[in-house]
Amino acid sequence: MSLSVDLHHRFDGFTLSARFDVPQGVTVLFGKSGAGKSTVISAVAGLLRPDRGRILLDGVTLLDTDARIALPPHRRRIGYVFQDGRLFPHLTVRQNLLYGRWFAPSSAGPADRPAFDRIVDLLGIAPLLHRRPGLLSGGEKSRVAIGRAILSNPRLLLMDEPLAALDEARKAEILPYLERLRDELRLPILYVSHSLAEVARLATTVVLLDAGKVLATGPAAEVLADPSVAPLVGLRNAGAILTARLAAHEADGLSRLDSSAGPILLPRLSQPLGSVLRLRILAQDVMIATEAPKGISALNILPCRISAIHIGDGPGAIVQLAAGEDMLIARITRRSVQSLKLTQGAAVFAVLKAVSVAQENVGFGQP
Amino acid sequence: MFDPLTAEEWRAVALSLRVSFWATAVSLPLGILVAYALARWRFWGREVLNGLVHLPLILPPVVTGYLLLVTFGRRGSVGAYLDQWFGIVFAFRWTGAALAAAIMAFPLMVRAIRLAIEAVDPRLEQAASTLGAGRVWVFATVTLPLILPGILAGAILAFAKAMGEFGATITFVSNIPGQTQTLPSAIYAALQVPGGETQALRLVLVSITVAMAALLVSEWVSRKVAKRISGA
Repeated sequence: MSLSVDLHHRFDGFTLSARFDVPQGVTVLFGKSGAGKSTVISAVAGLLRPDRGRILLDGVTLLDTDARIALPPHRRRIGYVFQDGRLFPHLTVRQNLLYGRWFAPSSAGPADRPAFDRIVDLLGIAPLLHRRPGLLSGGEKSRVAIGRAILSNPRLLLMDEPLAALDEARKAEILPYLERLRDELRLPILYVSHSLAEVARLATTVVLLDAGKVLATGPAAEVLADPSVAPLVGLRNAGAILTARLAAHEADGLSRLDSSAGPILLPRLSQPLGSVLRLRILAQDVMIATEAPKGISALNILPCRISAIHIGDGPGAIVQLAAGEDMLIARITRRSVQSLKLTQGAAVFAVLKAVSVAQENVGFGQP
Repeated sequence: MFDPLTAEEWRAVALSLRVSFWATAVSLPLGILVAYALARWRFWGREVLNGLVHLPLILPPVVTGYLLLVTFGRRGSVGAYLDQWFGIVFAFRWTGAALAAAIMAFPLMVRAIRLAIEAVDPRLEQAASTLGAGRVWVFATVTLPLILPGILAGAILAFAKAMGEFGATITFVSNIPGQTQTLPSAIYAALQVPGGETQALRLVLVSITVAMAALLVSEWVSRKVAKRISGA
């Protein structure tokens, strides 16, 4: 599966000019509101006709303005999960879920079709089947909307901030389902978000969009650890992701995880031993030491090598560190860069002040 | 005065019901189409169509009746053609009364349905299209069920209007007992005869009963439909 997008569109004094490819897995289209994310996704779905552009899905031309090709939305076979759910109020949950199945091409044999019971199970919506959408909670509506899109047997799933309308508790309720979808159904997903936490948790690939332009694109870990990206996503939120395997639960209540750069200790985790976790480490929670620190309370200290230094306009600097096979970024001051004589290639130690588990379990979704 | 209705009075009541039923039933599909076009399509002459549809509401009914006579009368521009080629005659027949009633009721029907269509969230229709439904299917499976209360309201309104239509009907098809004498025409005829007030009053009571019954039925049905659609 591959989706390639090349769009140019101008409206209301805003110019979108975006070009990127979407590989297998979850591709998060990330950017602030007004960056053009929704315009891109609407154009991919066929709900918006851009001034100029080409969109190819699995070699099929969905849009080519030069060749005057524009497939209507109902012939694109792209599932769309809208931010507001958009369930049909006059149909039951079951009828909503089966709506797209009427129109799915018969050429897609029964074997291809996602099995109704399996999706209902995966999303935990079996008790809702006979209800009507009017009385569902926000989280239930989201899950039904996701199921409805998947059951239309699409070649690509679009999700436009499916969690934005939900409170934190509901988000926490839906996210595990999204991870299961990503890992269990080999369905490529283009996911629009402005939340770095969602990116860290779900993204295989990130496309960073700002003011209508693609600023960075690539595997999630690389883009998030790119020092030049940090100022764009907001310095407070900038952070890299580290993959680690849960190795042991220690007697004093800590759990030990093994990363490629060394062990990491966290308060007792509930996951089974052997689970592969994605850890999110904010740039502002990383200190740099040139020698192995002694007499320090921090438990997590990883040997690293400086791979890039990005000096900003202000007093700050972002330092990218290669920690084993993973990348970290640290936000420090320019003064510290000078006084410690930090240079690219130097061996240093990263002192992690805080580490959070971004994702329960990294499954097959990894590229 | 509470004697049972005479055969002639019954005929007027039955004729009125028949005229109103057919006037509503036949114009309903066209009403939905015109309402949809006015609500959703942007085409040249949209305002002209809107004006034409509403014309019977503003014109004196006698003018509408006269225009129908000129157009659909036996020697009318369209009527002569219909008579000659298809053997269809409107003039002085109950079908003519139905035509007059349908045209007079059309603006009310279209208004009600148009309002319902404008209230449908187009984003639901977009959602249906991303699930694979083409335009006709989107209309049949999403738009139509959602505007059902509006269609019902429009149909009942049109039926009630047709039951009460007088001016255009009497101008176009006259007032022939058993042929074109509807309930309002019969009341009018009764009032022209000295001492006919009692008969008129009885017919008036029938008229009120039918109107109230239509209203109650429509309220009941639309409440049921609305409940189904709101998803509660």
